[in-house]
Amino acid sequence: MKKTFPIGGVHPNDNKISRNCAIEVLPLPQTVYISMAQHLGAPAKPVVAVGDKVKAGQVIAEPGGFISAFVHSSVSGTVKSIAPRKDISGNSMTHVEIAVEGDEWAEGIDLSDTLVTEIPTDRAAVLAKIQQCGVVGLGGATFPAHVKLNPAPGSKAECLILNGAECEPFLTSDNRIMIERSKEIVIGAAIMKMVLGGCPAVIGIEENKPEAIAAMQKAVAELAYEGISVMVLKKKYPQGGEKQLINAVMRRQVKSGGLPISVGAVVQNVATSLAVYEAVQKNKPLVTNTLTVTGDCLPVEKQHNYLFRIGMPLSYIAEYAGGVPEAAAKIVSGGPMMGRAIANMDACTVKGSSSLLYLSEQFTKRKEASACIRCGKCADACPMGLEPFLLNKLAQNGMTEELEARSVQDCISCGCCQFTCPANIPLLDTINLAKGQVLGIIRARAAAAKAAAEAAKAATQK
Amino acid sequence: MNLTILWTVLVITLLGVVLAAVLYLVAQKFKVEEDPRIDEIEKVMPGANCGGCGFAGCRAFADACVKAGNLDSNFCPVGGNETMKKVAAVLGCAAVEQAPKVAVVRCNGTCENRPKINEFDGLKSCRVKAACYSGDTGCSYGCLGCGDCVAVCGNDAIHMDPATGLPVVDEEKCSACGKCAKACPKNIIELRNKGPRGMRLYVSCVNKDKGPAVKKACAAACIGCGICAKTCTKDAITVEANVAYIDFEKCKLCRECEAMCPTGAIHGVNFPKELDKEGIKARIQERNRKAKEAEAAAKAAAEAAAKAAEAEVKPVEKEA
Amino acid sequence: MKNMLVSNSPHVHSPLSTRRLMLDVVIALLPATVVSVLFYGWSELMLLAVSIATCLGVEWLVTRFLLKQKCTLGDLSAVVTGLLLALNVPPTCPWWVMFIGAIFAIGAIKMTFGGIGQNVFNPAIAARVFLLISFPAAMTNWAVPAGFIHSCCADSVSGATLLGILAEGGVKELAGVNYLQTLFFNIGGSAGEISALALLLGFVYLLCRRVIKPWITLSIWGTVALFALIFWLISPAKYPDPLFNLLTGGVLLGSIFMATDYVTSPMSNWGGVVYGVGIGLLTMLIRYFGSYPEGVSFAILFMNALVPLINKVFHQHKFGRA
Repeated sequence: MKKTFPIGGVHPNDNKISRNCAIEVLPLPQTVYISMAQHLGAPAKPVVAVGDKVKAGQVIAEPGGFISAFVHSSVSGTVKSIAPRKDISGNSMTHVEIAVEGDEWAEGIDLSDTLVTEIPTDRAAVLAKIQQCGVVGLGGATFPAHVKLNPAPGSKAECLILNGAECEPFLTSDNRIMIERSKEIVIGAAIMKMVLGGCPAVIGIEENKPEAIAAMQKAVAELAYEGISVMVLKKKYPQGGEKQLINAVMRRQVKSGGLPISVGAVVQNVATSLAVYEAVQKNKPLVTNTLTVTGDCLPVEKQHNYLFRIGMPLSYIAEYAGGVPEAAAKIVSGGPMMGRAIANMDACTVKGSSSLLYLSEQFTKRKEASACIRCGKCADACPMGLEPFLLNKLAQNGMTEELEARSVQDCISCGCCQFTCPANIPLLDTINLAKGQVLGIIRARAAAAKAAAEAAKAATQK
Repeated sequence: MNLTILWTVLVITLLGVVLAAVLYLVAQKFKVEEDPRIDEIEKVMPGANCGGCGFAGCRAFADACVKAGNLDSNFCPVGGNETMKKVAAVLGCAAVEQAPKVAVVRCNGTCENRPKINEFDGLKSCRVKAACYSGDTGCSYGCLGCGDCVAVCGNDAIHMDPATGLPVVDEEKCSACGKCAKACPKNIIELRNKGPRGMRLYVSCVNKDKGPAVKKACAAACIGCGICAKTCTKDAITVEANVAYIDFEKCKLCRECEAMCPTGAIHGVNFPKELDKEGIKARIQERNRKAKEAEAAAKAAAEAAAKAAEAEVKPVEKEA
Repeated sequence: MKNMLVSNSPHVHSPLSTRRLMLDVVIALLPATVVSVLFYGWSELMLLAVSIATCLGVEWLVTRFLLKQKCTLGDLSAVVTGLLLALNVPPTCPWWVMFIGAIFAIGAIKMTFGGIGQNVFNPAIAARVFLLISFPAAMTNWAVPAGFIHSCCADSVSGATLLGILAEGGVKELAGVNYLQTLFFNIGGSAGEISALALLLGFVYLLCRRVIKPWITLSIWGTVALFALIFWLISPAKYPDPLFNLLTGGVLLGSIFMATDYVTSPMSNWGGVVYGVGIGLLTMLIRYFGSYPEGVSFAILFMNALVPLINKVFHQHKFGRA
């Protein structure tokens, strides 16, 4: 029997309309704007100056903290400005503007298609390479990959899980790379497996991607690395959620507030695996990724999977793909369940961009909320076993202590509750807000406890 | 029969006596010694329990006052100076006077001034909207218009104006408790001095973007040009992060900044006369001219003095 | 370009709606309704019409003039209440009793608490109990009006329900009853209780559509059966067997349609089980030891009051907190 996670989950129509659209390479625009905040954690610090000539793949910004990442130029050209620019949500962030001149890549980058199947054995060197190439998790959270692949001393990775679930409706970029770049992904998995000390690797793919499953199985068989296997999973959202995927594959549940490594799991997206392959074997930094142009109001012949360079304006991609469809009422970056609505089409692609999703009004416009009928469907749908109806009420009354007792901090914002609510109540809107508050309180408490412990320590030392 | 009644009465009476004794003893044992002044202060408080003072309620405020022993850092914005005088009388210390305040909405991004560029489709709450994105106009600092401030106001003193989409404060009802200021995720609402007869001047904008970007987003925004700061003779205006701020403690309500502001971002309210822009501009020009003349005169005088001094010094040098 | 919509995720919604859920309940009740109309004829049809129309009317009046809210008739919850109430009274019930019951159900039980989702008690059950206490004669007149199809065995059991016969005369009076009869046309009793099969059909439909979860219903059945089994084993001469208890009276109608009402039942699975066991137990206690021959309504009403407590104690199974 195919595996899946046991608690909650929903079954939205998967709408993988663009599943058969082969990946096309986007031509270069005249200008790219590369954001300094393309990863979770501190923004990167620019190391180039206005007027500098840069090549594609050259470092233009260094990490701004421990949890941060290198940023590279995705094109060759001249740095025009380093200034605040609005991201897709309209919030300002420092961007490096580069006027494109030709397409010259930095030295040492292998742009050929030849597969490099030999796995390096120097763990530290590989980790350093992954860090220097700015690889971050491409499954949505954009957490720096080298941090995750280097678990704290004392914890041991027992299983590397490659996330090929792509449980979000509409998105097909992971599906396409699994079909077209399957061998590279498997080699990337083998590299990460080596870094983690040789634990087995499992590639989890949902059953609605038979071509990807076949391609990955073939690649695994042909490359014949030890301990890598493909696991077919039942289709259920949010299978691609880190904790859900671990639960589905390993039958273990990460404790509340715990990290995946606490149950011996490391989860990386298949796109991250591809990026690791390119970084380690080809010396190519993370400056490209795959993005799906799709939507319910876009005819299938206008849907595409594109290989984009980071920093391309979304409006440029939309224009190239044939313009924003007339019927579109909302444009989303990411999937319809967890993606961000785009408020500013002048914003640019970042490492983690995965889609340009056009949704029609009837498909996406929220219906007016009515009274809660206490049907409990939100609680049945919640993959974390929470009670969204209760959290919503508590959040409206600002009862933070009770919210914490009811584990609002465990919410993964998957949207199952709001998706399923028959009364159309915007549950996640309030719960997300409450989660932010409670996490803030928990962090403040931890900081205070730490400070108190240090003070006590200092006092005893005196 | 009679005996039954007697027994009943007796038992009940006895029970009453015993329970009363228990209650008394328990009350004595768990008695909490409290400063009687706390009760006295609480009595003179407005009793709104609004939290405007920074404490959980009027009793908590009274408790804090008694503990501190003075009123240097505690003030009830709702009761104002009158209440604080009474509190001071109870404590036997000096009252610290504060000017009455009022909540001021520092955004003038009406539908006309600040056109919408998208439609918000989420829960009608400023906090939710602010967490989602920068807002449905080009300005990422201005009012979000979902009325969180209206929802928290306990005095019914703030309302959304459907024509402008901005909140309007009813000065009569506003007790300056500051709840709305706390509720606003964009920090637009500020408690400012009410001013003599309600007259006050403020910059109705908090946008920190640079001039051209601001101008594109909103027609009534402060572009941080600094003309007001240059004009002000009282040193009351500062321009920081591309936005001007008028210090209400220093402002003398001359309205010169209001007349000079190129975008109309400075608002004067409750002034008896309409703003005489030309008159004020002429006055400032005249003053500037005079100042220049004076400066020139001073410069000339200084130069002359310097020359004279040089002439005096030179012979000495020669001698040396 | 026109202004695009912006909101937090999720950007899609399932086709589920309150209206759809209520419509499913109405559809699930259709078999029982059709059977009751076939057997009891015009008078039953009129009762249904009066009940549903009154429920809708009262809800409209209250939302329009008292609460001054948006009209909530579209969610069909008033239709469900009206339908259930009509199926829960004897077919001979006078129309004005039905009318008063419907006003009580919506006016006093549902809308005083603030409308859908707020009421503590199931409106139909509360109204039925209210009528039973206020108009005992009208509510226990089990005479059988002329139906559209002539019932082959109507004559044999008219005048009293099987449970009534049991309460009066004991098990020996039930000698002639066969289960096939109770399964298909158990004449006598509330209008909706004629055919166990029709009710079970509705249950299967609700489960297939995932409108309800089976735990509450199953735990009621289990408790009733277990309770009856124990007494039957002790004294088969005095007490009827478990199957009889399940198939007669309001156990099926109550456990499938009334106890599973979203608003007035616990939200967690284990809470539902506790709630169901409570209903089953109370039902049997009233049947065997109470002064009423039937106790499902009282049992559900009583357990409704305990739901907030049950909800406080039983919660969802949390991820990673085993």
